[in-house]
Amino acid sequence: MATCKTEPQGTPQDTNEIRDRMDIVIVGHVDHGKSTLLGRLYADTGTLSEGKVEKIQAICKQQGKEFEYAFLFDAFLEEQQQGITIDTARTFFQWAGRQYIIIDAPGHKEFLKNMISGAARAEAALLLIDALEGVREQSKRHGLLLSMLGVKQVTVVVNKMDLVGYRQDTFDGIEKEYREFLAQLNVTPQFVIPASAKLGDNIAKPSPNLSWYTGPTVLDSLAKFSSESEKEEQPLRFPIQDVYKFDARRILAGRITSGRVKVGDRLICSPSNKTAVVQSVEAFNIEPPPTQAWAGQSVGVTLDEQIFVERGEVLSHEDSLPLVSTSFRANLFWLGRRPLEMNKPYLVRLGTREVECHVVAIHRIVDANDLSLDNQDTNTAVQRNEVADITLQSKAPLAFDLYNHFESTGRFVLVDDYDVAGGGIITEMVEDREETLRVEARQRDFAWVQGDVSLADRSQHYGHRAALVLLVGPDTTSKTFLAKKLESVLVAEGRHAYMLDAENLRRGLDADLPEEEALEIVRRYGEVARLLVDTGLLVISTTNSFQLPADQVTEAIRTLVHPAHVLTVYMSKNTGTPSIQTDLSFAGPEDFTATAHDILEALKQKGILAEAIGNQPGFQFSI
Amino acid sequence: MRHIRQLEDQSVYILREAYKHFDNLGMLWSMGKDSTVLLWLARKAFFGQVPFPLLHVDTSYKIPAMIEYRDRLAREWRLNLVVGQNTQALADGMNHERGRVECCTALKTNGLKMLLEEKGYTGIILGVRADEESTRAKERYFSPRDKNNDWDFRDQPPELWDQFKTSFPPGTHIRIHPLLDWTEINIWEYIKLENIPFMDLYLDKGAGVRYRSLGCAPCTMPIQSTATTVDEIIEELRATNVAERSGRAQDEGRGMELLRKDGYM
Repeated sequence: MATCKTEPQGTPQDTNEIRDRMDIVIVGHVDHGKSTLLGRLYADTGTLSEGKVEKIQAICKQQGKEFEYAFLFDAFLEEQQQGITIDTARTFFQWAGRQYIIIDAPGHKEFLKNMISGAARAEAALLLIDALEGVREQSKRHGLLLSMLGVKQVTVVVNKMDLVGYRQDTFDGIEKEYREFLAQLNVTPQFVIPASAKLGDNIAKPSPNLSWYTGPTVLDSLAKFSSESEKEEQPLRFPIQDVYKFDARRILAGRITSGRVKVGDRLICSPSNKTAVVQSVEAFNIEPPPTQAWAGQSVGVTLDEQIFVERGEVLSHEDSLPLVSTSFRANLFWLGRRPLEMNKPYLVRLGTREVECHVVAIHRIVDANDLSLDNQDTNTAVQRNEVADITLQSKAPLAFDLYNHFESTGRFVLVDDYDVAGGGIITEMVEDREETLRVEARQRDFAWVQGDVSLADRSQHYGHRAALVLLVGPDTTSKTFLAKKLESVLVAEGRHAYMLDAENLRRGLDADLPEEEALEIVRRYGEVARLLVDTGLLVISTTNSFQLPADQVTEAIRTLVHPAHVLTVYMSKNTGTPSIQTDLSFAGPEDFTATAHDILEALKQKGILAEAIGNQPGFQFSI
Repeated sequence: MRHIRQLEDQSVYILREAYKHFDNLGMLWSMGKDSTVLLWLARKAFFGQVPFPLLHVDTSYKIPAMIEYRDRLAREWRLNLVVGQNTQALADGMNHERGRVECCTALKTNGLKMLLEEKGYTGIILGVRADEESTRAKERYFSPRDKNNDWDFRDQPPELWDQFKTSFPPGTHIRIHPLLDWTEINIWEYIKLENIPFMDLYLDKGAGVRYRSLGCAPCTMPIQSTATTVDEIIEELRATNVAERSGRAQDEGRGMELLRKDGYM
């Protein structure tokens, strides 16, 4: 077995030494010459592997076709036969101390999802426009998508200048038209370069045919793209990817998307509002162990307290928190086979969080051609390859940012069935009904003074996590009777349960409130439930005495006891669809003991109750 | 070495996504430089552990030193090693003289299929790189395979930012490719940076030849080279224009496109 020697310090740098790397995408309308440009770039810089040109030439000869540089990277037989690129290819290129992956994206409208997959990986783009055809539909659509995908550095190449006799006025016209288009997207191209990929003009070397042009060649323009990231200087965003406990360490793993974190920092988890201090930055095979980490790094940290946090939470510092809501407005591009429909359930994936959601409004469909807005509020669907301005509503609160402040936490994808079917950037937070209560809960949690006994200690001791069981449904459905039964069954099993009836608060804590102050009554009830949950109890509640819609009450209480688990149970007299969505529903049960046991089972399945007394609850503290 | 650390960060992210989303996950390990780097990245991602099995599809034609190396690392790094083999095809006498594509299909592609079926893996991590060969250049990080292990390269799912395809219908599986963005040189740069143990078949031991890519003994040819250290390998690679897999016989003609469409790695 061989190992390599560690390099001695101070070795002179190899002139071939790679200083940095960058992913670049080539986009533009179909047949405007993207693959040809790529082939030419490689051929003229001598970076093709030996025999590659000869191999393709032989295949062309066999098939009776003229050799084209485009064939070098169109790997599939079908691509070569049809003369189009179907899927993006990663190609590798090294020049002047930088390692590039150049992504050749298809220009055909049918393969837009492949173009987007390629461009989403890129830090910079070359956008090609055919000098003869001028600015076309996909030239614009690709420009629009680049701005949505976060590709801010763009150089425009006006290709096939040979077909217009290398005329400067033709070039000037295209440059003016396209610059004006990009300006509407707040994009300024770094360069606009006249070129002919087929003949090699201005690709790797300046062309005498274009002597009126004094800017860089395509090759030189690559070096002008900056690989410097400003993300390290931004406030911290650290979405938790997973929590590991392979040994004594409980490590929160994830990739920092912006900012820096160091040992001793106090971090806030959003949306759960838990806080703890970073005890260590963990790493394998790094000596001495790091004490800080920054944007872009996949790292792990341990905390000074065993707070319960899960994948999907975003860690930040307290002075710059992400937004939290169940609703936001966004610009979205749709790639699904089926149209995006309003009020249909999708999964939103934002950072590492996944939550069910639906689109509650389609404000406008953007016409990529002239960026005009189809200004009708009557759309109920977004078709494949369309860009739309929408409002999304999620089932649980999400931590996020606005895209123009933070790139990674400001964008999301929607999953339809098994596939990622669309992507979007968040333009505005929409305050939901719970906003006021959420802000209150956040401030209260940050300032919370806690004893030395943590919630985790209590759970270990009690054999269950704290939780709230909410019994909802029409009046006179025996909710109180069931609540009493459930409390008895739990306590008989040795669990720590308490029935909290809202009426009890009305005569005491709420004695100063008239009945019409329903919202304040709910708020006080939620805060009391929050206190009881913090003592580690299983709180059983009936909520029929509030004069408000059941779902509003449930959401308000859920917001105040967040992040404790809430199990909702719907009681009714007869079978039929419950008026609100709940975890469980029962219609006119006769055997209340059996019903109480059903609820017990549900608590076990959710990992709130351990299987047997004395055992740890199912999932929480082992990981 | 910042560019290498950037590649490492992305690969670690992918590995952690795979571990989070797939209950029945395995990683293919051929003992070559790429899949050994992949194994090392798994130890990075999981802080010294490898929390899923390492799968080796043994064609029985591997160079013996490779098996020795495999068993030693498995012991030292406490790996859960699972070896699969298409024993039926071997009993029927399958070998490369019956045709290279036929042999690869039977012993590697079908050997892998049998292993997947037997163990029911829903996610398989592989060390393929985009710069190796032109159909691999078109791969996604998370790439679905249908019930027959076929790759529908005409209609691949979109891959946006760091959101990968992690849900799939029953009966299908996902191939996960954390090394797509790495080049051959990057692999050696990383081996050097992290001091990863590798097989000395990659070095010239005095005969003026070394292996650049490792596979089955009959179908893998050494190259002319005097590189005796990792630094010399890197130097040699920077100067060459010869394709890495030029010593791999199954790549000739359209071999790879056909093999890969049907489920070859």
